[in-house]
Amino acid sequence: MTSLNGRGHAVCIGADIDTDLVIAGRYLRTKDRKVWADHVFEDLDPGLAPRLKGAVLVAGKNMGCGSSREQAAVALREAGVLVVIAPTFARIFFRNCINIGLPVMECELRGCRDGMTITYDCTDGWVELEGRRFSSRPLSPRMEDILASGGLDEYWKGRLSR
Amino acid sequence: MVTLSEKILGAPAGTYIDRKVDRAFSHDGTGIQAKIVYDRMGSPRLANPSSVYIIYDHLSPANNSQTAELQAELRQFSRHEHVHFFDIGSGICHQVMSEGHVLPGEIVIGADSHSCTLGAFGAFATGVGASDMAGIWVSGETWLRVPDTTGFILSGDLQKGVEWKDLALSYIARLGMDGATYQALEFTGESTGTIPMEGRLTLCNMAVEAGAKTGLFYADKVTARYLGRYNLSADEQSPDDPGYVREEFLDLDDLEPVCAVPHRVDTIQSAGCLAGTPIDQVFIGTCTNGRYEDLARAAAILKGKQVRVRTIVVPASMQDYLKATKTGILADLIQAGCVVGPPGCGPCLGAHMGVLGEGEVALSTANRNFKNRMGIGASYYLCSPTTAAASAIRGEITDPREVV
Repeated sequence: MTSLNGRGHAVCIGADIDTDLVIAGRYLRTKDRKVWADHVFEDLDPGLAPRLKGAVLVAGKNMGCGSSREQAAVALREAGVLVVIAPTFARIFFRNCINIGLPVMECELRGCRDGMTITYDCTDGWVELEGRRFSSRPLSPRMEDILASGGLDEYWKGRLSR
Repeated sequence: MVTLSEKILGAPAGTYIDRKVDRAFSHDGTGIQAKIVYDRMGSPRLANPSSVYIIYDHLSPANNSQTAELQAELRQFSRHEHVHFFDIGSGICHQVMSEGHVLPGEIVIGADSHSCTLGAFGAFATGVGASDMAGIWVSGETWLRVPDTTGFILSGDLQKGVEWKDLALSYIARLGMDGATYQALEFTGESTGTIPMEGRLTLCNMAVEAGAKTGLFYADKVTARYLGRYNLSADEQSPDDPGYVREEFLDLDDLEPVCAVPHRVDTIQSAGCLAGTPIDQVFIGTCTNGRYEDLARAAAILKGKQVRVRTIVVPASMQDYLKATKTGILADLIQAGCVVGPPGCGPCLGAHMGVLGEGEVALSTANRNFKNRMGIGASYYLCSPTTAAASAIRGEITDPREVV
């Protein structure tokens, strides 16, 4: 199960962050998810990884562009990220996050800085920052179903065993 | 008022749909991750094994024991499940699929971001991640949001020394890295009939670099003639007054040789402006520009000359490799001092066969120049095979029109 609402501290990154920067190609060939969490954002800023536990990752536009590597989404979840919020996402990364049970919200959080407390509700589609409320673009019912199952593996497992 | 995406997907833009997938392909990297998800689903039966392709290209041949073990597991799975399997040396997944495995009007999903390449056939082709691919294996279907479309209306002819890659880099620069996010691109206009399949594949390949879901050409006589080589017939498609959310007009006569500069694919400068920039390595290959015609254009420049910097050539597929051997252009490249690697992705993703060191500069015919992608602390410029070859001779970025 994935929690679709919660609270965490903001970790802010820039715009057009590609999935190579989330997890570099040299770490992809393994089944050990911890490897990806250990090396997340290594080529962007090695100081980021230790701050991701319980974090709301706030990115600029076009988050997750580039390679289709699902390991990027898994790395963020394994490192402890609760939700990824950005004004726009690259579509494959957006699908990947939902498919591995990491909530994503399309929302422009103006005035957000590192360390601020963020409250969010993915189902109702809002984000609160310093007493200000922002609305996010709604997810489709299918995306909500997949997220609520905890990811596409559990979603299909539930359906195929019926 | 129907775009080609709307016609193929059978629903208006903005609609969420479930559709049967005609071809579902993965490579060694995403395929093993899809198999891990598939195992977590309880290893059910594949819904439609004859639509599933697994093609080894990313780390091919394997670079270490860990990769070899993962590849062995996926190889065994592929044989057990009777899917189409292409082992090391067959070529890059998009190129292999383009060699007679995709037809106009089909829905083609690949577990790789550059799967949009195959829109060149008038198919709806797009990329997904590993979990989505596992979902397609077990259900035979996927969900899609029918995209809006930006239309590129092409006129005129390319001038000497200018290539389809220069058009690709130029249209990405016009849109920006997220200029077509969630959209499809359609290429139409009077010039499309003059664009060969290899050029269409290059143009559609880079659609994702503007965030697009796919890039499409309408299937025409060029498509039919190409597929005829594989004993396949194809119905032609024609625009039905498509409703575009944005129209961009490009006159091919106006284009010049360009390079994308570090580290953004949407930031270009003319090769002439960059002339004299020193380089350490040239790479000619990838799903963008590793086809036979690309190698032939490079060989035409390099024949009888010597490269001044290390130059790596990687054919996109076994068929391209074989043809380059038979026509003799591969020998021309080798005699010019190029190193030829086995068909596949080569150093494009920075994992093997030509990774760069700190402070080094590469000129590459690939589609991405993200920071650190092809080696930590190195810089990458992207260009056409002709510009790459001309620059290899001088050891610095060169306007190819000075050489051809």
